[in-house]
Amino acid sequence: MAGGWLAAEVREVVPETPSAATLRLDVPGWRGHTAGQHLDVRLTAEDGYTAQRSYSIASAPEDGDPAITVERLEDGEVSPYLVDEAQAGDRLEVRGPVGGWFVWLASRGGPLFLVGGGSGLVPLMSMLRHRQRAGSDAEARLLLSARRPQDVLYANELPTLGIEVVQTYTREAPEGWTGHARRVDRAMLAEVAFPPQARPWIFVCGPTGFVESVAEDLVALGHHASRIRTERFGATGG
Amino acid sequence: MDADELRLDGNAAAGMLDEIFRVEVTSAVATCAGCGAREAMGEVHVYAHGPGVVLRCPGCDAVVMRFARIRGRLVADMRGVRDVTF
Repeated sequence: MAGGWLAAEVREVVPETPSAATLRLDVPGWRGHTAGQHLDVRLTAEDGYTAQRSYSIASAPEDGDPAITVERLEDGEVSPYLVDEAQAGDRLEVRGPVGGWFVWLASRGGPLFLVGGGSGLVPLMSMLRHRQRAGSDAEARLLLSARRPQDVLYANELPTLGIEVVQTYTREAPEGWTGHARRVDRAMLAEVAFPPQARPWIFVCGPTGFVESVAEDLVALGHHASRIRTERFGATGG
Repeated sequence: MDADELRLDGNAAAGMLDEIFRVEVTSAVATCAGCGAREAMGEVHVYAHGPGVVLRCPGCDAVVMRFARIRGRLVADMRGVRDVTF
């Protein structure tokens, strides 16, 4: 349950890619979160106008106060401010954590198969950081789709998570790239996912079209719908 | 932008649902009054780009819940849901 709005302060802004930044927040009264949850951010202008958006939490529960990673949507009202202008000491309000469906706890075990499209990686990263901080030995695999190499979030941290990361690029691959260079499709999922008999926990997050086609392909490959949890970040908001 | 790209899911409405129900709702299971499908609220389709928020059944696309803020008060229309198990 989310409770009311809490006063928060930006502790640090970390640029992640040309279009995304991580904001580490200080939130007195924060009750902690579960990996995969998000929080609502409310900004109030001097004239009293407010705008509210929901962002996935990127940090692990073990990290304490939450960090969010925000992707700038060009015609957005909130994300350009958070990515380009926010700085340490800025005040905003947060509500949360919210959501109890799209979550994974180390105690649930594995195998864990995560499929992320673009900034859909953010809640999955919270799960992977949690897995690492909790010392979980759950087998985990991440299939990550990005347009170009420079769009990949947490590129330096991904190889240190102790999991298998399979990357695909949909627009532009690095020179000499021999890995996948197409959208995630059924053949790729058949190759990368744990077999249905292993009964993996599957979390899929990304744009609506991405999430729905991946979920449909996973079901067609024999994965039980009850093991697949999806989160669409859609194209609204900003 | 077509309607498919505007479709979100119950996770996107979690903050609002918490505000109304005062319990964690995305892991609650709702039965669609239209087709009888039972879905976790986190998997219900959500359209939030209009003046209100519309939740639709992922099985039959029927409207299960609608929420709107009218003159500062939140109005919930839940005729499309048969029951919710928390």
